[in-house]
Amino acid sequence: MSIATALTLRRGRGRLHWTDLASYAYLLLGVVLMFGPVLWLGLSSFKTQAGLLEFPPSLLPTSQKEISVPGYDKPLPLFTVTLEDGSTKVLAQARRIGLQAQMIDPAEPTKVIRVALDKRVPLRETAFAWSNYTEPLRQFDFLRYLGNSVFVTVVATLITLLINSMAAYALSIYEFPGRNFAMLGIIGTLMIPITIILVPVYLVITWLGLVNNLWAVILPGAATPTGVFLLRQYMLTLPRDLIEAARMDKASEWQIYARIVLPLSLPALAVLAIFSVMWRWNEFLWPLAVLSKSESYTLQIGLNAFQGELQTQWNYLLAMTVITLLPIAVVFVFLQRFIVAGIANTGVK
Amino acid sequence: MAVDTPHAATGRPMDRPDIWGVVVRLTDGPMRALQRMLGERRMPYVFLLPNLAFFTLFVFVPLGLNLWYSLTGGSALFPSQRPYVGLSQYGFLFDCDSMLDASTCREDHFWRGVHNTLFFVAIQVTLMVLFSLVTALVLNRPIRGRGFFRAVYFFPVLLSPVVVALIWKWILQRDGVLNAAVTMLGGHKIIFFVDPGWAMFWAIFVSIWAHMGFYTLILLAGLQAIPKDLYEAAQMDHASPWRTFQRVTLPLLWPNMIVVIVLALIRGVQTFDEVFVLTGGGPGTATLMVVQYIYETAFANQSQNFGLAAAASVVLGVVLFVLTLLQLGFSRRKAGA
Repeated sequence: MSIATALTLRRGRGRLHWTDLASYAYLLLGVVLMFGPVLWLGLSSFKTQAGLLEFPPSLLPTSQKEISVPGYDKPLPLFTVTLEDGSTKVLAQARRIGLQAQMIDPAEPTKVIRVALDKRVPLRETAFAWSNYTEPLRQFDFLRYLGNSVFVTVVATLITLLINSMAAYALSIYEFPGRNFAMLGIIGTLMIPITIILVPVYLVITWLGLVNNLWAVILPGAATPTGVFLLRQYMLTLPRDLIEAARMDKASEWQIYARIVLPLSLPALAVLAIFSVMWRWNEFLWPLAVLSKSESYTLQIGLNAFQGELQTQWNYLLAMTVITLLPIAVVFVFLQRFIVAGIANTGVK
Repeated sequence: MAVDTPHAATGRPMDRPDIWGVVVRLTDGPMRALQRMLGERRMPYVFLLPNLAFFTLFVFVPLGLNLWYSLTGGSALFPSQRPYVGLSQYGFLFDCDSMLDASTCREDHFWRGVHNTLFFVAIQVTLMVLFSLVTALVLNRPIRGRGFFRAVYFFPVLLSPVVVALIWKWILQRDGVLNAAVTMLGGHKIIFFVDPGWAMFWAIFVSIWAHMGFYTLILLAGLQAIPKDLYEAAQMDHASPWRTFQRVTLPLLWPNMIVVIVLALIRGVQTFDEVFVLTGGGPGTATLMVVQYIYETAFANQSQNFGLAAAASVVLGVVLFVLTLLQLGFSRRKAGA
């Protein structure tokens, strides 16, 4: 037995072989490496500004415990203090003078104990700074970016589904002169990503008067060769008798498309819808080129602008990153099967 | 909202109170009139029209315009206001004493982009295909929780490049968790993004992290399509596991491998977003990629040098075209064999 066993064996032979252990070790390492960073982002996003500056960082978001003591306006921070006799006690710090702190016992607030700074350790508790999530909503245009992203994603996906399914319908149900030519043209556009026609598409958008308009983000990617291809492959498998029967029944071609073919193609439409939502929500280069006013930013562009501007405000940046990630995470958790099947069948992303 | 009665002929209703039903009812009148006017035989063109209009406006026309831009100069956006300059944009791009040394080129940023991209692609594609293959092979074994592990490797594929870059930027920052680990092990803090080597390393690492799940999935689908009896036959013949891998797994997986390699190449050449957000192309130009050069030449700099950007994107387009032909060639040979 060698490492190659690990490469070829498909069925376990009862007992656990060392290659099984190696596989699990590899996979567990993968879990740490793939999941760890996202988990770390999530935990960090709940830390306060001060908590984020700590080095080395603590695992959980923490903050110093505080207590209200009569006679003091503000709550006082709590410390664990090592006293001269070697015992430890939890005391509140009233003020700091040089290398000494004036501490008081919350139980008897009148007695002041002087303690050297190095004899006290902050008393911490796990605390989630929800304000990281609520503050950016009030302070910045975050809500607007979120709205823009939702608008772009929803409208673009609807348009994509409509026009691509119409084209796929024409290319799968009908025989007509020029069909292969049209098919070739559409598949050919697969080879032309936006990266190589950035400037002229910008010109077309300028012609249409849509610079800094969300429609500038929606329109160029609405017709996708991937979408047409995916839907056409599915529609080719639909039974023709249904369509013939409907035609006998004096259904118009539009009705056949809208009432018969489209409802039957729902599984393929669902896959395309998932893809489209992902594409649109995550799109970066093109919006970056065409949106230069902050009120038309999408989340991704807003987030990128933020990380340039607010170098120090990591607490807000991390929270906004989490919010940007959440919709996709939800899509993934609920629709993973469809996505995986869609990619495995079509080889597109 | 009205509930549809099942259609007499098809028996396949959309039996929900639906907006779509209303839309169809409202649009059917005009579409029926159109069908009467054009005849049933011309209806497929009507269905194709919206899609083709979009493709024409946003792909075919721009493709032609791109060539025109690359042959004109000045900073005007509208083609009619741009003076024809022949091939001088290309001449400018390729004006080098030695193409191997970017500093001898007049447009040195472009060449740094080319060199960085080539280096990036060479390493990234090799490692990513390798890791994807190993991961797919491991996931193809009879392990517990395969679905979970597959999901773990796959989910970063869905994250936006900005999110991916920010996640790692946070980990890699000066007082980040990685530097905490480094100091715990007795090392000194490393400021990763001011060191050209480290910056490129992390650019490659992060892009593999983000994309390998996609390629793993394609390879896994290929592995699962290999008939099991082939392995049983190999076992009957007492073929060694390594030989079985060489003679059964690899040849049958080869079509998927080609797809994966070429797709990774095509995507790799266009690398932009993650690296741009992660390093901004820096330090200096250490991780500047060709696409970032194009974007900045056209949009970010004051110069708005659309002609030069278009010329660079034509060059990139040619590279992509060759890669696609390569893929077609491979799949043709496979079909012929």
